[in-house]
Amino acid sequence: MKFLRMKPGHGEVLIAEGDVDVREQEQQLVEEFRRQLDAGMWAAVPLSGAGRRTAQLARSFAEVPRDAERVIFFPRAAGG
Amino acid sequence: MLLALGATALVVVGLLWEVVAAPLGEQLARHRARRQVVPTPDYDPGRERRAEARARQLLKSCVNDEEWGMYRDLGFIRVWGLQTERPGGHEAAAGTPYAYLIYPHRPILAYLPQTGRLLNEYCVAFPDETRPYGSARLPDSDDVLAKWMALTGDERRLIETANLHLPGRQLDPRQIKRDLWRLRQWERERAKVAVTR
Repeated sequence: MKFLRMKPGHGEVLIAEGDVDVREQEQQLVEEFRRQLDAGMWAAVPLSGAGRRTAQLARSFAEVPRDAERVIFFPRAAGG
Repeated sequence: MLLALGATALVVVGLLWEVVAAPLGEQLARHRARRQVVPTPDYDPGRERRAEARARQLLKSCVNDEEWGMYRDLGFIRVWGLQTERPGGHEAAAGTPYAYLIYPHRPILAYLPQTGRLLNEYCVAFPDETRPYGSARLPDSDDVLAKWMALTGDERRLIETANLHLPGRQLDPRQIKRDLWRLRQWERERAKVAVTR
């Protein structure tokens, strides 16, 4: 699983990568996930199915599907 | 006599100092601030272009072929609304399908595809306050992807976060009508190509 973060002037940046089936790596991913949410990010998992594609917003690492290939972090929405 | 004059002079100087010290200190601080070299990240068009190219690839990998083609050819993406209540509580629109147009760094527009009626503008931004290169603005395609993910992932949450305005506040309704016409033409062409294949 890869964690990508959108960044102004850069595009996405790989901030963490790990195998959720390996306990230590999963723990690192959980900590990074919390760090990003604490920094004011939203987390989304792009979902690909037949035809329509969607994303799932995750408020905790437990909500991220185990087989997700990537989680994209982006700044929290604000009224413009 | 001299002692009295000296004491008076000291008091006067002390009082004057009280009056003058604060503005003088302020002037000095301003002068120092003016002369201070503030490091500002240089605007690098190459970096911005590379960032946008990367963002486009990420967007392409997340949305479906139709949405990607729409963005590439028209500059916006249409996303169908899924709420049972119509955005902005439009009673007249209840029961009819509605959709959003997503533009980069512009409000999200809700409308009724069947009639072309514009419903609302939703002003929303995704500012990155870490400002890695001095700007809080995501590349255009990242902004579109952030809106797309937020809309398809949790439409209600995004809509409740956004500032709601009537159509025409930031987006020119004539431009939107033109865009909707372009979208219909684009879909027609796409359908023709699909039939001939």
